[in-house]
Amino acid sequence: MLHTAVAFGRLLRRAGLAAGTDRVVEFTRALEELDPTRREDVYWAGRVTLCSRREDLELYDQAFEVFWEGSKKPQTPRGPKRRLSSPPIDSVQPPKKSVQKNEKGEEAVRLRYSPVDVLRTKNFTLYTAEEFAELHKLLVDLKLSGALRRSRRLEPASKGRHDPHRTLRSTLRTGGEPMHHRFRRARSQPRRVVLLCDISGSMAPYSRALLRFMHVGVISGEPLEAFVLGTRLTRVTRELATKDPDRALKSAAGAIKDWSGGTRLGDTIKEFVDRWGQRGMARGSVVVILSDGWDRGDVEVLAEQMMRLRRLSYRVIWVNPLKAAPGYQPLARGMAAALPYIDVFLSGHNFESLEKLARAITGAVSDKQGGTS
Amino acid sequence: MSNYNGRRGALPPGVSHSLELQERLKEDNYLADEGLSMAIFLALKLDRPLFLEGEAGVGKTEVAKVLSRILNTSLIRLQCYEGIDVHQAVYEWDYARQLLHIRTAEALGAPEDRENLEDELYTRQFLVSRPLLQALEHRGPSPPVLLIDEVDRADDEFEAFLLEILSEFAITVPEVGTIRAERPPVAVLTSNRTREVHDALKRRCLYFYIDHPSLEREVEIVRLRVPEAEDHLAQQVATAVQGLRNMDLYKPPGVAETLDWTEALVALGAKELNEALIEATLGSVVKYHEDQQRALGASVSLLTGAGGA
Repeated sequence: MLHTAVAFGRLLRRAGLAAGTDRVVEFTRALEELDPTRREDVYWAGRVTLCSRREDLELYDQAFEVFWEGSKKPQTPRGPKRRLSSPPIDSVQPPKKSVQKNEKGEEAVRLRYSPVDVLRTKNFTLYTAEEFAELHKLLVDLKLSGALRRSRRLEPASKGRHDPHRTLRSTLRTGGEPMHHRFRRARSQPRRVVLLCDISGSMAPYSRALLRFMHVGVISGEPLEAFVLGTRLTRVTRELATKDPDRALKSAAGAIKDWSGGTRLGDTIKEFVDRWGQRGMARGSVVVILSDGWDRGDVEVLAEQMMRLRRLSYRVIWVNPLKAAPGYQPLARGMAAALPYIDVFLSGHNFESLEKLARAITGAVSDKQGGTS
Repeated sequence: MSNYNGRRGALPPGVSHSLELQERLKEDNYLADEGLSMAIFLALKLDRPLFLEGEAGVGKTEVAKVLSRILNTSLIRLQCYEGIDVHQAVYEWDYARQLLHIRTAEALGAPEDRENLEDELYTRQFLVSRPLLQALEHRGPSPPVLLIDEVDRADDEFEAFLLEILSEFAITVPEVGTIRAERPPVAVLTSNRTREVHDALKRRCLYFYIDHPSLEREVEIVRLRVPEAEDHLAQQVATAVQGLRNMDLYKPPGVAETLDWTEALVALGAKELNEALIEATLGSVVKYHEDQQRALGASVSLLTGAGGA
């Protein structure tokens, strides 16, 4: 039985579940209490011991079927959403001819990458592959922490609320006489930052750089969540959590199934608010949308969702790479619809503009503290 | 009586199979499907914390309550919130009493013996226990049910702390030492998934995702929990709620809302759902202005859905 359980565990791990040895041991313990010949007993025992997220359940069901029904058809191409195979080792960008060609052309023109100060203001669309690697070094120095809020946790302070614990300690030192009173006050904590990056076709020249920006944010250790918006919403916080940028971007690319498609911005933002935002992720946090505002869906949906997002969050920042173009007007219907609900509107076409974004996230670029730059 | 109090497994008397447990839960007005009763059964049998996830109002908290009833033991509840720390969750020193003790010692005249005084001050008797410590120190015929509600609201630091308690069922108070539970409490953790709880914590637990119930089950739940409601009304309400859940609302109603709604309708003496009644009582199921408007716009079709069932 242990043997079978281990084999099943291996299958699940290959399917992407975090079913470690301890969980498999737990699974066998559970089976000992049940009837391992009964399909339902095995199914439920595995489901409560080997799964730990809702997303696991679908994969588990598929794997269970494969495993239980024997290896008649080990590769059932049933799952339309997530297939039971190892994640494709993909490049960061989709194998899209136009992008590839563009890149090659660029490389042919300039073989060396630009010095750092040139890089800072260079438009991302003109970057070469080497320059993207260089960009990472610039990005890691960005401080991506949200504007501060008061936490309910207390820290020692010279004045504030009375701190009986530390007062008593000092009382002991003075022989029972409370000579020095100690205090504590609420600690300040950075707000959560939520980054939503549009990866539709029109954003393709920028999404490569912006994903690197998200990656740096995720590994900074600050409370930060990263999502990509395509034809649907994909959470990539976990995938981006690896320190090495190339590996992180690769695994994020594996999770994203809808590169460079059309965007239904309103619908995907709605999915975010419904599934994550309203439940708490967007509450009181700094929400950053990185998109050019092209929306193939219903613009009214987008306007409504932006209103919800604004009500939930502390600040909504919209980053549009097209804004840098001289004489830019927010004419894209989606952009125009979203504009009334945005607190800070920035461009995001080069490194300098991302620096500015980092300051906006920290709250430096705002009406409250006045621009520091 | 003591045969189920052994180290392993705190199952209620006469229950040795998950189906029996399901039956037992039903007797106490909780309808669990096969998966959930299996999860509870295994949690009890294997002495593992049970981690319940799901939409608000699907009955996660209720699981802990009904468990404490069928196990005939006390329920200790810890409501998590942002910034919760050891002092609110585990223990705190009773400063007033400590200070008083210092004064008394002084009055009795041994103020120079400070070392001793300090040792005396930081002992168990000056410790105020909060829910987690209470659960570990619980003395009774059977271990208590410990409900850690909405873990996702607490912050990461606290999660790390829970990890220690849930794997060892022991707490270390630096000044006093380690306090260990005689028998591990039956722990139930719930999460609304406002954020992802750390894997390490989940790994200690059995995991179950509670979904919205099917129509038949929801009708059954309404009948069981609001017996005053007539069958026809129960059927109509459940159908209408299922309709609302398919309507793409900001906050789809949970089972708790279904029950609230039925109770509101019963209080109004309703025998059958109609448009006027829906309008009057909608606030007990749908709690966003936009959602209400959407629901009212569709209430006729909700009714026809109910009529067809």
